[in-house]
Amino acid sequence: MQETEARKHTIAVLVENKFGVLSRVAGLFSARGYNIESLSVGETLDPTVSRMTLVVHGDAFVLEQVIKQLHKLIDVIKVTDLSEEDHVEREMLLIRVNAEPAVRAEILRVGDIFRAKVVDVTATTYTLEVTGEETKIDAIIELLRPFGIQELVRTGKVAIARGPKTRLRKADQKLGKPKSALPPLPQDPRVVGFAD
Amino acid sequence: MKLSGARIVLECLKREGVDVVFGLPGGAVLPIYDVLHDFKGLRHILVRQEAAAGHAAEGYSRTTGKIGVCLVTSGPAATNLVTALQDALMDSIPLVAFTGQVPTHLIGNDAFQEADNVGITRSATKHNFLVKDGNDLAANIKEAFHIAGTGRPGPVHVDLPKDVLVKEWTYEYPETVHLRSYNPTYEGHPGQIKKAARAIVRAKRPVLYVGGGIISSNASPELGALVALTQIPVTQTLMGLGAFPMADPLSLDMLGMHGTYYANMAVHHSDVLVAIGARFDDRVTGRVDAFAPHAEIIHIDIDPSSISKNIKVDIPIVGDCKRVLAKLVEALHEELRTYPASGVREARKQWMGQIAEWKRDFPLRYEWSDEVVKPQHVVQEISNLTNGEALIVTGVGQHQMWAAQYYRVKHPRAWCTSGGLGTMGYGLPTAMGVQAGNPGKVVINIDGDGSFQMNSQELATCFEEKLPVKSVIINNGGHGMVRQWQRIIYKERYCASDLGGSPDFVRLAEAYGCTGIRVTRPSEVVPALEKMIATPGPVVLDVWVDKHECVFPMVPAGGANIDMILAPPSVDVRDKAARSQTGF
Repeated sequence: MQETEARKHTIAVLVENKFGVLSRVAGLFSARGYNIESLSVGETLDPTVSRMTLVVHGDAFVLEQVIKQLHKLIDVIKVTDLSEEDHVEREMLLIRVNAEPAVRAEILRVGDIFRAKVVDVTATTYTLEVTGEETKIDAIIELLRPFGIQELVRTGKVAIARGPKTRLRKADQKLGKPKSALPPLPQDPRVVGFAD
Repeated sequence: MKLSGARIVLECLKREGVDVVFGLPGGAVLPIYDVLHDFKGLRHILVRQEAAAGHAAEGYSRTTGKIGVCLVTSGPAATNLVTALQDALMDSIPLVAFTGQVPTHLIGNDAFQEADNVGITRSATKHNFLVKDGNDLAANIKEAFHIAGTGRPGPVHVDLPKDVLVKEWTYEYPETVHLRSYNPTYEGHPGQIKKAARAIVRAKRPVLYVGGGIISSNASPELGALVALTQIPVTQTLMGLGAFPMADPLSLDMLGMHGTYYANMAVHHSDVLVAIGARFDDRVTGRVDAFAPHAEIIHIDIDPSSISKNIKVDIPIVGDCKRVLAKLVEALHEELRTYPASGVREARKQWMGQIAEWKRDFPLRYEWSDEVVKPQHVVQEISNLTNGEALIVTGVGQHQMWAAQYYRVKHPRAWCTSGGLGTMGYGLPTAMGVQAGNPGKVVINIDGDGSFQMNSQELATCFEEKLPVKSVIINNGGHGMVRQWQRIIYKERYCASDLGGSPDFVRLAEAYGCTGIRVTRPSEVVPALEKMIATPGPVVLDVWVDKHECVFPMVPAGGANIDMILAPPSVDVRDKAARSQTGF
């Protein structure tokens, strides 16, 4: 990666599920002058651990500092730059569009193409729910724009690494151990409710 | 065992081996003071303003190696304390600061003397706690001490709501701490250490650049062993002074903005620069693209985020300075077996010759005067009279730089200054804490008239608590460093840098029950210093110095270290400053 090349990174941060942690992370970004493009937080399998997905824009130099500074926070357990590995990213959109009788069918067709769900209907509006990658969300917004968008809300990105992903498993697979020899996930002490 | 929260706090302090607490009571912490009334084995030092409690704890911590503790009330007390917390954070000083808080049911209610304490201190501390449940109290305090003192040390703040202090809770002090999210790295990576050893052994123009990390990890003996083995010259940062004896022939003294010419030249021309427990602060590097341009940089630091933050590092080693240096010395012995020193002997000899030349041609210097006292002279005489053995504290400004340049610090943990934050007013309260931790030792606060006045109320604490701090005020009738910049960079347009209305410091000292002495002529300096040291109790020595004196050498902010100004600048330099894109 070129050092000067700034791009988007998706970072997964596992934190202690305590009050104040979100403001520690958000405060770190504002104090150091980094920009967060999106942030989403939720509990993991282990209720004492939360997972944040951050999207940050920056070059390799900035990213290295972001990751190190996140690590430095006492309540941060683990930081992974998912952009460095194979992963799935999704975002959800709720969007309410004007749906006059003449265009109702057309809106539903657009929705179908994007596998959107209609979650609320009135005589004059549709509210759609869509999930997908950022580009897909951007695309449906553009297609719906001509009908008149009343309101929309995006969740921000969530992301997860692909594949069976504990280090233990990777190492075992390299050694050619059969899959059945792997401990079931919940008993694996390294898995605290998240993909390592 | 059931105890009130207030008693639990004090029992925990006892278990942590705390013997002094710097504090100032108020509504929210009165339950603690009520227990303190007949609590045995804990000395409480009552300060006059809360920031002083924080600074005193810093001084105590820096010189004793223990964790400093302060205790203040809610709201305004907590906000007053913030400066000291940020100061300790930037200089990696371990503190545990307790603040009171309004009762939990009133939090967020804009109650009397309420502030969002943890919200405010979040970015000024290594970590902080709001104890909402008294069952967590002992564990949180244990964690606070653990976090403050381990890894890269720093201040930890514990916020204590009043109801938590009043109610009774089951008290059990945890023996151990386990924080799954906090595991500092102490041992350096063996492969990296070996790489560093290879580079050091092959270096033709090596320099060691050491900082406060050496002091924090008590690594001076290991540093000494490294220097003894390799004979590499050592330059120290402002925070690192004392890590290596400044009188040693291999000492290059301080580097950076007001560092010595020879230190900056040596770093600039080095081919291997070994940074140990230092963080490439902008006051050290000057313009980063012109800093040590030819050097392969080895960086040993316990904080991974310090590495490659300002300057790209070639061989990073994350770990505790003490342990890494011990391993590095072993690795060097090993390396020297396969790569004998003779390979670079000639080049190293030339390098030492070059350094000796710089030292001879461009030493620290100032012009002597028979009429007016030169500030550098005062510091030199303090250094001579105490033989570099006193515990020195400074304020912030010109006098701080002169103290760093001219006081020959001999030992680690004998030098306290506000390096990162540059907190004026740091001197007197910090010296108080130093004295409390080191009874019987000579503690000298080298201060400025501007800096001293930011916390001069603490003379009352010194008097009352029998802390015989000696304050030497380098009195140039103004904010000297501001004046210097206005002279050099702002074309002599002096603005708000004179302090015409300063009090008579001798009478001020006497008003507080301390001894005041004044010096106005060079011939009086030495006798006055002798008298000051011989006088029991706190003393203020007011030395009227040349107000036009500037700190040299100087790298203008934003300039490169190689472009040091050695003497008062010519018109040419001023023009260059005016044209500078960085605004100096």
